[in-house]
Amino acid sequence: MDRNNKMAIIGQKDNILPFKAVGVETFPVTHYFEAVETLKKVARSYSIILITEDFAKKIEDVIDRYRTKPYPIILPIPSAQGSTGYGMKNISSNVERAIGVNILDIK
Amino acid sequence: MTRLNVNPTRMELRTLKDRLNMAIRGHKLLKDKADETVRQFMLYIRENKRLREEVEKDISEALKSFLLASAVTSPESMEEAVSMAGFSVELETSSKNIMSVPVPVISITPSEKKELYPYSFASVSSELDMSISNLSELLVKLVELAEIEKTCNMLADEIEKNRRRVNALEYVMIPQLQETIKYITMKLDENERSNIVRMMKVKELIEKAEKQEAENKK
Repeated sequence: MDRNNKMAIIGQKDNILPFKAVGVETFPVTHYFEAVETLKKVARSYSIILITEDFAKKIEDVIDRYRTKPYPIILPIPSAQGSTGYGMKNISSNVERAIGVNILDIK
Repeated sequence: MTRLNVNPTRMELRTLKDRLNMAIRGHKLLKDKADETVRQFMLYIRENKRLREEVEKDISEALKSFLLASAVTSPESMEEAVSMAGFSVELETSSKNIMSVPVPVISITPSEKKELYPYSFASVSSELDMSISNLSELLVKLVELAEIEKTCNMLADEIEKNRRRVNALEYVMIPQLQETIKYITMKLDENERSNIVRMMKVKELIEKAEKQEAENKK
């Protein structure tokens, strides 16, 4: 496998800059198409790709393509504006798909 | 339920019976698999929820303090401060098998702490230090969350797929096979009965003819 075992983060520049200092490679994007292009490029070589919720929501269809393989892992994280509940929504949809009812009390 | 379009012959009956057996065995196996996958999924999903709550809270905090820091520092010196990371994250990736679903396993190799703060303290505010030390601690959790969330995702997909298979077997394949087998046995029995009747009829005819012949000879 030609994955480089590193982490990458995609998002708005202000939100992802601090990750640069802790050794995560940053890929600042400003709009939808750029995010899609960057994700496609980055998905080939990075193992974990963090993506801020605002962009994750927009390019959901592209992210879904990477669902079936163990790598890369694409993880939505909240931005500085606080969590929008997008990540939690994913968890609850997983529960609903697997079990049929939402047994964890997630809104 | 519709029956399969096959010829009602003994050979077909045999193959169908074999297929039915296979379908029943497969159904049982898949049902067991579904139970076990759901059990595994339950273990992970709770952990997933707990971790995500923690991580979301911490990240927001770290990012907020970074915003505060960038408010009092010029963007250029801010970027300069963070752009020379003292180390980069090294991950150890592999995958393991949960109920034949390949899920990721990651461990983060603790980087030899060269220098957590890759900048001079004079040029930026102290909020940045806070933000970065928080983030670097958070990174371990983040990796863990990534692993678990992906596992949950894949397990959920697998459970869904598996349920479809179980249902297809239980409500389509097996009834169809049973119906067809019933149809073929009935058809074969019917053939046999009509055969017997024909034999009896022929026998009667022959006996009649023989009797006539005997009478003619007299």
